[in-house]
Amino acid sequence: MADQSMSEPNRRDFLFLATGAAGAVAVGGVAWPLISQMSPDASTIAAGAPVEVDLAPIAEGRAITLKWRGKPIFVRHRTAAEIEASKKDDASGLPDPQPDAARIRAFEGKAQEQWVVVYGNCTHLGCVPIGFSGDFNGWYCPCHGSHYDNAGRIRKGPAPRNLDIPEFTFLSASKIRIG
Amino acid sequence: MAEHHSTYVPKTGFERWLDARLPIVRLMHDSAVSYPVPRNLNYFWTFGGILMFMLVSQIVTGIVLVMHYTPHVDHAFQSVEHIMRDVNYGWLMRYMHSNGASMFFIAVYIHIFRGMYYGSYKAPREVLWILGVVIFLLMMATAFLGYVLPWGQMSFWGATVITNLFSAIPVVGETIVVWLWGGYSVDNPTLNRFFSLHYLLPFMIFGVVILHVWALHHVGQNNPSGVEVKNYKKDTVPFTPYATVKDLFAMVCFMIFFAWFVFYHPNFLGHADNYIPADPLKTPAHIVPEWYFLPFYGILRAIPDKLGGVVAMFASIAILAFLPWLDTSKVRSGKYRPWFKFAFWTFVVVSVLLGYTGSQPTDKVVLSIGGRTILDMVGFAQILTAIYFAYFLVALPLLGLIEKPKALPASIADSVLGPAGSGHIAGAHAAPPKH
Repeated sequence: MADQSMSEPNRRDFLFLATGAAGAVAVGGVAWPLISQMSPDASTIAAGAPVEVDLAPIAEGRAITLKWRGKPIFVRHRTAAEIEASKKDDASGLPDPQPDAARIRAFEGKAQEQWVVVYGNCTHLGCVPIGFSGDFNGWYCPCHGSHYDNAGRIRKGPAPRNLDIPEFTFLSASKIRIG
Repeated sequence: MAEHHSTYVPKTGFERWLDARLPIVRLMHDSAVSYPVPRNLNYFWTFGGILMFMLVSQIVTGIVLVMHYTPHVDHAFQSVEHIMRDVNYGWLMRYMHSNGASMFFIAVYIHIFRGMYYGSYKAPREVLWILGVVIFLLMMATAFLGYVLPWGQMSFWGATVITNLFSAIPVVGETIVVWLWGGYSVDNPTLNRFFSLHYLLPFMIFGVVILHVWALHHVGQNNPSGVEVKNYKKDTVPFTPYATVKDLFAMVCFMIFFAWFVFYHPNFLGHADNYIPADPLKTPAHIVPEWYFLPFYGILRAIPDKLGGVVAMFASIAILAFLPWLDTSKVRSGKYRPWFKFAFWTFVVVSVLLGYTGSQPTDKVVLSIGGRTILDMVGFAQILTAIYFAYFLVALPLLGLIEKPKALPASIADSVLGPAGSGHIAGAHAAPPKH
């Protein structure tokens, strides 16, 4: 009997492996629902449907904050001088290099460079930066001192990225849909 | 404690009957009555008992609070106010629970520093020590989850900042954060799961505490001399009454301290901003964690890189688990290590200063000459972070090799009575020295 373990796999080996494999699949099958239930549920996803925003009431040089999917979104109407200042900084060694043109969207082929739409959460740890402040007159995050310019680009501080831009499209020159 | 045999003798017929079936009375007797305790323990050794008391206090007040609290974003803040104003003694239960968390951390920090000073982590107590680090981590998680439940501004933004730490993980970070939130931001699903986990974790702590005490009773307590027990008669005293009474006395003193906060300064350790309901559109001007997280928060902010900061913060806690192998000295107690003493107290001061940097705005000036900033809060925290890690990675490995320790006493009895008195049995009067 001693040399049986050295011989060809027998029925017992097969049963052992097959039972083990079935057990592993069963454990995984039970674990998955327990993990998956923590992901956003159907009602949360439904509540995060796209929204339309009318831009007409936002005067030049002003900004609004709206709440979408539980997060703030900044919509800023830039002045010509602000756009000029932002474009001038395109080549000034940005931490997360992106030209001003990449921070805006177009309507019918025409760049709507007066409108900057960004998520209002600092890319460092998610605080809401304060508008029209900081060293670059964009946003300043009071939590850990990140400075953004008026195009929402990170200029100074611990944040790793420019402010994220939500998915949005221009429905007309004065209306956007977010999401 | 191989030499320590059970001395339990069942007295009644019932006790004999039970002992043959479930020797639970024997277990209690052996671990809390006859268990031999080194005779030279000082009051720093009473914090284990104090921590046990705090854990029970937190669980009892917590269970009571749950009877009146509502884990929903629309009701959580108001239900806490309801506890404070309407529920009989609700204010007392809540203040005991919120201040109890701080007391728990005060006691655990003293307990940890005591272990570090007297080398309690060294062989054969490595597993005992690591279980302690696990308890500490569970405590931090529990405290963080609990702080979110009142759903004030600090609750909400603390939750946002801490969950966003996970977004620093490359590739899967964002997915993990959405999974943790159960949505696109910290919201009702987040509050619900935090509540569930905040109720679960204390019981997990309780489980690990049992392992911690089991490991402790297996290897025996360390003591201020760091010398192992050699002779039970001379070096130890029975747990009851010696340790029981001393622990109880220390516990009562600690309770007075605790009560002073609960009754006279119940909000001193908290933040006024948490009495403002959570607002996802407005961040408080200055987000600060509770005081017991400040040193780690200081380390997080010291590193200008997001992933680097998160890694450094977690490393500053994880490195504790490696202490038994980073400290190369054969001598346990810091009492006999002159250079270690200096390194240890530097480490304590640096830890406190890191806490200070964590509590201050990042751009605050620490040192300026003629209006020119030499050092701001971030720079100061960077220096302190370097010293913090140097203690573990440079000082402890090197000191064991180059330091010349003082002579150790031959035994625990010697350390108390001097070599002349050690011939006497514990508890007996030492003969007055004859000249």
